[in-house]
Amino acid sequence: MALETLIESLPSLFDGLTVTLLLTAFGIILGTILGIVLATGRSYAARPLAYLILIYEKVLRGIPLLVLFFLIYFGLPQIGINFDAFTAAVLGLGLRSSAYQAQIYRGAINSIPEGQIHAAFSLGMNKLKAIRHVIIPQMLRLSIPGWSNEFTILLKDTSLAFGIGVIELMRQGRYIQVRDPDLVLIVFLLIAIIYFVLVFTANKTLRYIEKKYQMAGYQAEAHR
Amino acid sequence: MVMLEVKDIYKSYGKVPILKGVSFTMKKEQTKVIIGPSGTGKSTLLRCINQLSPPDKGHVWLNGEEITNPKTNINKFREKIGFVFQDFNLFNHLTALRNVSIGLEKVKKIEKEEAQKRAMQELTRVGLKAQATQYPAQLSGGQKQRVGIARALAMDPDVILFDEPTSALDPELIGDVLDVMKSLCGKVAMLVVTHEMGFARNVADEIIFMEGGVIVEQGAPKEMFTNAKMARTKEFLGRIGALYGEEETGG
Repeated sequence: MALETLIESLPSLFDGLTVTLLLTAFGIILGTILGIVLATGRSYAARPLAYLILIYEKVLRGIPLLVLFFLIYFGLPQIGINFDAFTAAVLGLGLRSSAYQAQIYRGAINSIPEGQIHAAFSLGMNKLKAIRHVIIPQMLRLSIPGWSNEFTILLKDTSLAFGIGVIELMRQGRYIQVRDPDLVLIVFLLIAIIYFVLVFTANKTLRYIEKKYQMAGYQAEAHR
Repeated sequence: MVMLEVKDIYKSYGKVPILKGVSFTMKKEQTKVIIGPSGTGKSTLLRCINQLSPPDKGHVWLNGEEITNPKTNINKFREKIGFVFQDFNLFNHLTALRNVSIGLEKVKKIEKEEAQKRAMQELTRVGLKAQATQYPAQLSGGQKQRVGIARALAMDPDVILFDEPTSALDPELIGDVLDVMKSLCGKVAMLVVTHEMGFARNVADEIIFMEGGVIVEQGAPKEMFTNAKMARTKEFLGRIGALYGEEETGG
């Protein structure tokens, strides 16, 4: 009976969900760390380096994620670089996200008045200290709305890892569909709901964090 | 003894020459006020001293050590040269207290608790003990500027450079800031760019009048206000005096 098959399949969906969450976590961590480095590098590093970063961003924002996955997972082994599917997916997600996040952070950096870094220098901070203690803390606060967006996009895009055989939520759904084609509607509805709940919860949490770390006096007030 | 020596500073922005050979010296704990028309290079001069915008030519020495030497560690010097900005430039993400203590914590490497104790003393000195936990956006302009002064003071500088510290303030808030600056007189050297003639007249040990990128005349305030040698100085002081009213010069 269909219902029984569905219930029997639930643990496998749960396994898939775990993989999806792991992809999201590793991907966003990689993307965030690299994104911050890229953005500060683009704004404060010497010319040639800043220019290289610009090229990196343009390239990674210019190719579809699935193509990136294929390049990393199927392409790189040809030149002797091998990754398992999960690592390849994390790399693809993280690298692409870093390019988008760099844009978010750069926008935030540009909105910090230049005088702040002058003030930091005047206290005797070197460039690195000024960036670390004055620019980055403000940049991160200003970036939370954009970062939330990027987070939810990355979470949903983990489903593309299906394409290189990572057994995440989508792939588990597909297995159930193959076993019992009658379940296709209900299974993918269920998967859609899981994604939705994840994104919804993430947005709520991040909105809370955004409010908590808001710089006093910098909240945009609604004028309705 | 000469503490700060500025010699033959030249600076252009693009093709526009701003400073055309400025030299002067300052003694320990002296207060000097730089006056002059807008666009004369007064602010640029301050920024050339602490190398926020390094001069094209010329030298600056602090306590006999050359700041403008390319081999020198400029950050070490900047610890000793406080800077107070026209538009405050407080760190928006930090409370008043942390604005004052961050230099102690991150540059002087003083322990957080000790640094904040010291910061609290400086805030008390500028009359802002009660505002310690507030963020810059929650302070008035005058309060922000006093935090700015406390931030500079906390580093225990040899000299503080003031770049038009009251120009962005409402008239009724200017007094509080000037009072704090007066209270520092003789405790730390101050080099002040300002249009506050009352302050220049009553507080300065010496006034420097600048125009067109050079120092036109310098001397004791009394001399400058009553017996300026150069016609241009007289004219400027006369015009400014008429504009700001003579009553200010009394207090």
